Amino acid sequence: MSQDSFLESTMRGFARAFSKALISEAVARQPGLLQSLDPRVRVIGMVALVISVILCRKLAVIAAVMALAIVIAMASRLSLWSLATRVWFVVLGFTGLIALPALFVTPGRTIFTLPGLPLSISAQGLGTAALLVFRVETAATFTTVLVLCTPWTHILKALRSLHLPAEIVTMLAMTHRYVFLLIETANQMFESRQSRTVGRLTGPEKRRMTARTAGALLSKSVDLSHEVYLAMLSRGFDGEVRLLNDFRLRAHDYVAMTAFIVAGCLAVWTGR
Amino acid sequence: MHIPDGYLSPSTCATLYAFAASGWYSALRRVKGMLAARTIPLISVFAAFSFVVMMFNIPLPGGTTGHALGVTVAAIVLGPSGSILAVSIALTIQALFFGDGGVTTLGANCFNMAIVGSLVAYGIYRLLSARSEIRSRRRVWAAAVAGYVAINAAALLTSVEFGIQPTLFHDASGTPLYAPYPLHVAIPAMMIGHLTVAGLAEAFIAAGMVSYLQRADIGLLRGIQDVPGTAPLTVDASRIASPARLWWVVGFLMLCTPLGILAAGTAWGEWSSADLANPEARAQIEAASGNQTVPSSVPAGLQKLSTVWTAPFPGYAPRFVKSQTFGYVLSAMFGVGSLMLVTLAVSRLARKTQAPESSS
Repeated sequence: MSQDSFLESTMRGFARAFSKALISEAVARQPGLLQSLDPRVRVIGMVALVISVILCRKLAVIAAVMALAIVIAMASRLSLWSLATRVWFVVLGFTGLIALPALFVTPGRTIFTLPGLPLSISAQGLGTAALLVFRVETAATFTTVLVLCTPWTHILKALRSLHLPAEIVTMLAMTHRYVFLLIETANQMFESRQSRTVGRLTGPEKRRMTARTAGALLSKSVDLSHEVYLAMLSRGFDGEVRLLNDFRLRAHDYVAMTAFIVAGCLAVWTGR
Repeated sequence: MHIPDGYLSPSTCATLYAFAASGWYSALRRVKGMLAARTIPLISVFAAFSFVVMMFNIPLPGGTTGHALGVTVAAIVLGPSGSILAVSIALTIQALFFGDGGVTTLGANCFNMAIVGSLVAYGIYRLLSARSEIRSRRRVWAAAVAGYVAINAAALLTSVEFGIQPTLFHDASGTPLYAPYPLHVAIPAMMIGHLTVAGLAEAFIAAGMVSYLQRADIGLLRGIQDVPGTAPLTVDASRIASPARLWWVVGFLMLCTPLGILAAGTAWGEWSSADLANPEARAQIEAASGNQTVPSSVPAGLQKLSTVWTAPFPGYAPRFVKSQTFGYVLSAMFGVGSLMLVTLAVSRLARKTQAPESSS
């Protein structure tokens, strides 16, 4: 590891978070199937399909639901390549790696023995690894499609209209807003430290520097919360949270909702 | 440690959502009682801070880096309730917006990291830093140990949740339907990484931040009631149930304990070695277990362990009591009395450890 690569990798992580947020906002504004639906229908529909995938016990049915996820993504004008890089390859790399040993260690009927190695793949091992990878891929695809096609504020308003407490919804909204401000602040602190670093830092120096940055960020965060509170008071905040709920369900929302629920129920029924 | 969708069965997810919901509810009530209108901005900004700290690459000995959770510092500054809310909100944003962790497993992730992590971190920090000065070096070590243990406690819980999946959820051929590894594989696989990397990252960031705050912003280490602009600690008295009413409820519940006698048979899974040796009881166990064959003899381990501890009130009935109903009521009184004694002892201990801090 180069002497300041931990700084660079942290800053790359910040940049990735910004990039993901910007892509989501751009995609959510495009015309498409999910974008044309009421946010409540999108949230309920996609979550219902995720739950149905978790309840499915047959690989073929999960594969069919995955095909449905791809159709929804294409109808919502999402780039399949961006889904592949954002979800499918990542899940395959992470969950695939976790599932790989299951091929060999799960007890059961041997279907293949690796030539020259004392390792054999069991039918049960192959079954469980495939179920895990396909299930995680499908569920992650639905969640990503929902997030990409729905502005964060609409997801929150949909959650509120589904009776999530107003305080929680407000905290989620404010946290999301200040995450980006604090990422920007932390990024500037790291950049300014990096620009003043000459020579090599030892391990303890790097740890102290990271802890000091985190500590300073904490102090700034608490000061920020005080400023936000004063601003809220100045606008007349009295401790009660009130949110507008101006969503209206139209005929095609009811049709889409019914279709999502029926597809989910069918998947659970055939995959039980 | 962020469990994605698909690793846990629906029933595990539902159970952990229920546990997490009870934690969120009591934390929200407690924090609102303390901070009133200031709850929302403070918890929100702190959640954003936790989110950002989770993205920090912490340099570790040996040249590697790890990610911390930030739960220890949140617990130290906000207390366990505020930390539960702030870290849960951060985990929710990670799951919903950045796809880090699942939607169906959000309850499990919040339970493991936000609730258990916060409670363990806070408990250990308070225990190890008891009676120490606010600028004491012991507080830095206490934060390090609290962070290390909290992360590993959360990882252990996660690995147990993974490890029970193949035993409880598999198809007729024995194929595990969710996380495929049993406890003896899941626990070491999960714990090696957390004992060596993630635990150290949390320990370093917690200790480093406490050390920094001791020099730069000591007020934060005294807790949220000392944060500028925060309302003093007040609790809405009308929300607290009166002790008299509570005693009536406890008394009523104690009188209801003999209701268990009405149920026929033995509770499932609570069989003694005598039950397994009795053919009639064995037939009942077999019928209650979906006609699974019961072992023909008492398992040797069960037989051996059954003599290790003999309860003073076996079957909720002291030997000298002839009436089973009276035995149940007596057992309830004994149980409630024991719990009260333990609670009194713990609260007295907590008061003693708080005294020096309030004076510092």
